[in-house]
Amino acid sequence: MRMLRNLCLMLIVATAAYAPAAAAIDRAVVEKLAFGDTSEKLEAIAVLVTEGDPRAAPVLAALADGELQTAEKRVLIVKGDRATDAVTGEAVAPLPAGREDVVANNRLRREIGSALAALRVRAPDRDVRLAAARELSDSADEAMLPLIRKALELEKDAEIRSLLEMAQATLQLRSPDRVTRLDAIRTLGQSSNPSMKTLLLPIVSKKPDGAFAEPDEAVRAEAHNSLKAIEGRLEWGERFGLLFAGVSLGSILLLAALGLAITYGLMGVINMAHGELIMVGAYATYVVQNLFRAYAPDVFDWYLACAVPAAFAVSAAVGMVLERTVIRWLYGRPLETLLATWGISLVLIQAVRTIFGAQNVQVENPAFMSGGIQVLSNLVLPWNRIVIVIFAAAVVTGIWLLLTRTRLGLFVRGVTQNRAMASCVGVPTSRVDTWAFGLGSGIAGLAGCALSQIGNVGPDLGQGYIVDSFMVVVFGGVGQLAGTIYAALVLGMVNKFIESWSGAVIAKIAVLVFIIFFIQRRPQGMFALRGRAVEA
Amino acid sequence: MKRRTFTKTLALMAAAAAIGLGSPALHAQGKTVKVGVLHSLSGTMAISETVLKDVALMAFEEINAQGGVMGYKIEPVVVDPASNWPLFAEKARQLISQDKVAVVFGCWTSVSRKSVLPVFEELNGLLFYPVQYEGEEISRNVFYTGAAPNQQAIPAVEYLMSEDGGGAKRWFLLGTDYVYPRTTNKILRAFLHSKGVADKDIAEVYTPFGHSDYQTIVANIKKFSAGGKTAVVSTINGDSNVPFYKELGNQGLKATDVPVVAFSVGEEELRGVDTKPLVGHLAAWNYFMSIKSPANEAFTKKWAAYAKAHNIPGHKDKPLTNDPMEATYIGIYMWKQAVEKAKTFDVAQVTAAMAGQTFTAPSGITSMMDAKNHHLHKAVFIGEVKADGQFNIVWKTKGPIKAQPWSPYIPGNDKKKDEPALMAEKKM
Repeated sequence: MRMLRNLCLMLIVATAAYAPAAAAIDRAVVEKLAFGDTSEKLEAIAVLVTEGDPRAAPVLAALADGELQTAEKRVLIVKGDRATDAVTGEAVAPLPAGREDVVANNRLRREIGSALAALRVRAPDRDVRLAAARELSDSADEAMLPLIRKALELEKDAEIRSLLEMAQATLQLRSPDRVTRLDAIRTLGQSSNPSMKTLLLPIVSKKPDGAFAEPDEAVRAEAHNSLKAIEGRLEWGERFGLLFAGVSLGSILLLAALGLAITYGLMGVINMAHGELIMVGAYATYVVQNLFRAYAPDVFDWYLACAVPAAFAVSAAVGMVLERTVIRWLYGRPLETLLATWGISLVLIQAVRTIFGAQNVQVENPAFMSGGIQVLSNLVLPWNRIVIVIFAAAVVTGIWLLLTRTRLGLFVRGVTQNRAMASCVGVPTSRVDTWAFGLGSGIAGLAGCALSQIGNVGPDLGQGYIVDSFMVVVFGGVGQLAGTIYAALVLGMVNKFIESWSGAVIAKIAVLVFIIFFIQRRPQGMFALRGRAVEA
Repeated sequence: MKRRTFTKTLALMAAAAAIGLGSPALHAQGKTVKVGVLHSLSGTMAISETVLKDVALMAFEEINAQGGVMGYKIEPVVVDPASNWPLFAEKARQLISQDKVAVVFGCWTSVSRKSVLPVFEELNGLLFYPVQYEGEEISRNVFYTGAAPNQQAIPAVEYLMSEDGGGAKRWFLLGTDYVYPRTTNKILRAFLHSKGVADKDIAEVYTPFGHSDYQTIVANIKKFSAGGKTAVVSTINGDSNVPFYKELGNQGLKATDVPVVAFSVGEEELRGVDTKPLVGHLAAWNYFMSIKSPANEAFTKKWAAYAKAHNIPGHKDKPLTNDPMEATYIGIYMWKQAVEKAKTFDVAQVTAAMAGQTFTAPSGITSMMDAKNHHLHKAVFIGEVKADGQFNIVWKTKGPIKAQPWSPYIPGNDKKKDEPALMAEKKM
């Protein structure tokens, strides 16, 4: 360490002697940034900010992104296989050997984030300024006050101005002047940012010795008001978040249960292998993903477009084979069906284990499904969940159209309502059974494809969903597709609302208890079938 | 002629069996010694445990190539308890009384260790347990090569309290609902109290095994963190970590605002998770793959070569090493050294010879087995997740720390002895 520092010093002396001062950023500061310990790095950042040199921004960004490296005494910005000298900005080729990463920890990254924002707050591009102002309103630092003031004088855009004012207010909270403090607190009260709440809380709380941190009564009262205003706005974000979580869980339950609603609900087959058909769909997605990665890496982001039909086809094929070979011989014997399909589920799990291994496999989200969209300051909706909600809606629409508008749908409905009569009028009942079972299995495959985007894909994937699926179908009312949809959404919501105040473990128990009582009161589920089908 | 050979063979076999029975520790025929490997190769824990089986086999192969233990070649007996806790006990019994193994390397979850413990104590077997755990246990028949709470949890929390760690004031303790997270959080709560953190600034949340929907929990963390500088301490175990970190990344909870420190997440668990949004979240371990030391370089190279040669899925393309793998490796070599010191495979004598054994661990320190308490002295490292799924080491202890299996933060522990109790005392 000392050797390094000596080397640094020598270098500084050496370079200061003949380096042209204005051509680049201060070499000494950059070297302090690269070779110094955390506190020295922080000092260097502070220096770069006070100088306000925009050329410092790429160096700081590189440090935050882990792209800053040192090769002996040179400081390099390395992007992929290209490197530039951090001080002079010249390209360095070839890459020197024996490079060492410059390590940045969270504290440094936080400082760099606000430092970068401070340097960019007067950039010509509006979007850059807006992002910088947003960052500053969250994490401005005492040293940045002059920069922010200067930016405020020049800024015309209203949105950026309000963010900058917010940033200024956060810095003026500890001002010795009472009026400035009051103004700052009032400004913060207009925010809906949770970090403003964090800033205001200490003002109204007591210090360990019992005295208030803020001596002035009026300032405290104002802080109380501002806090209340912010909390009111935050609550809306929380409510929407909860609602979305419920819908999202509902859509997942719906996808998992929809296939079962056909095979169990309409056809009456107690299919314990339903979960494994979901798992097969997820593995089909995995295989398609691997094929894309190997043969078409350029269009990797679109692998789902292929994976969806593939998952449907594979699961449907497995389902139809099962129906032809096992299940059709057991129609009308529910106990045997239950045991046989349970056995099949074990066979499927072991088969997948043998082919793909016992460990989970990784299914990557396409780039457009990672991250989320910021709706409110404290509410981010993840893209993968949004896509799944839309996907679930699309699948439901598709099934509804298939059952009501196509010849196959007509046959399926006919056979489930009155098998003997349908057979009499020439419906090939056994073939319809196969197609219907294939359809239900295929939908399970679609569910698997969707689940692979949010959870783990492993041989045991299906086991976790089989109970939930039966729960949804029974709760909704056997034989009712609409019932399944409502049941999935209701269960998703109930689960999330209970979870939000009692935790996941209790929520799971509470939902099961709720269903037991509900089924006791209403064994036919939410929506009962009426008419002749009930007696059949 | 044929019959004579047959009789001869039979006689030989009988003789061999007699020798075998007479001195179970010495398997004279072919000079091999049986060693048990007890890790789940299927079920929920397979994700973590399979690789420990592989690293154990690698170490055996290496030792055999160097001439074995005291000239005896190691003959591994691998069984699969299938993440089924009672089956762990059954398989352990089979290993000790049927296969007559000299030692067993195995277990991951505390619940599996608790279920085999009575078997090892009853049959006087020897178990090496390679995973960090909650403490509150010292057995005569077990050596713990993973971390006790004071070698992982407490230093991590201290780091988060420090200025470099972000100076956290509020704590969100999140874990899977079983004995390890609950006990660890009990210790942490007492520790936080001792540092002046009030109960209103500590939240404790548990999820079931295999939980996959972390929306509400991440939302709750956000809400909680509005009340002051917050850090999350995660003791989530197994594959639930993948959806948890995905949700963290997608909901944009940045490490610079709310750092998450995990005790059961290593290089292997982050495989396949998009780590770019997770940069800066932390893990506390006694070993990271990114540690720069000659021993680690050799270890990772050996593992890469072994994974390639044995076609281990995942690792053959992207070899990763982690803390429990290192702990398994250390355990195997220490056992070898102890056997060679005791000059016998006898459990009691090997146990005695284990005290004070040292080994140059891949983590770059000289790891030492404590003279009394059956735990390793270990250095603690805290790493931040990098974009490539490896860890940047941002903090480490100056040297190895002695394990405190009886945490001083649990009342009544000050009276417990820092060494395994004698069987007679235990039965009282």
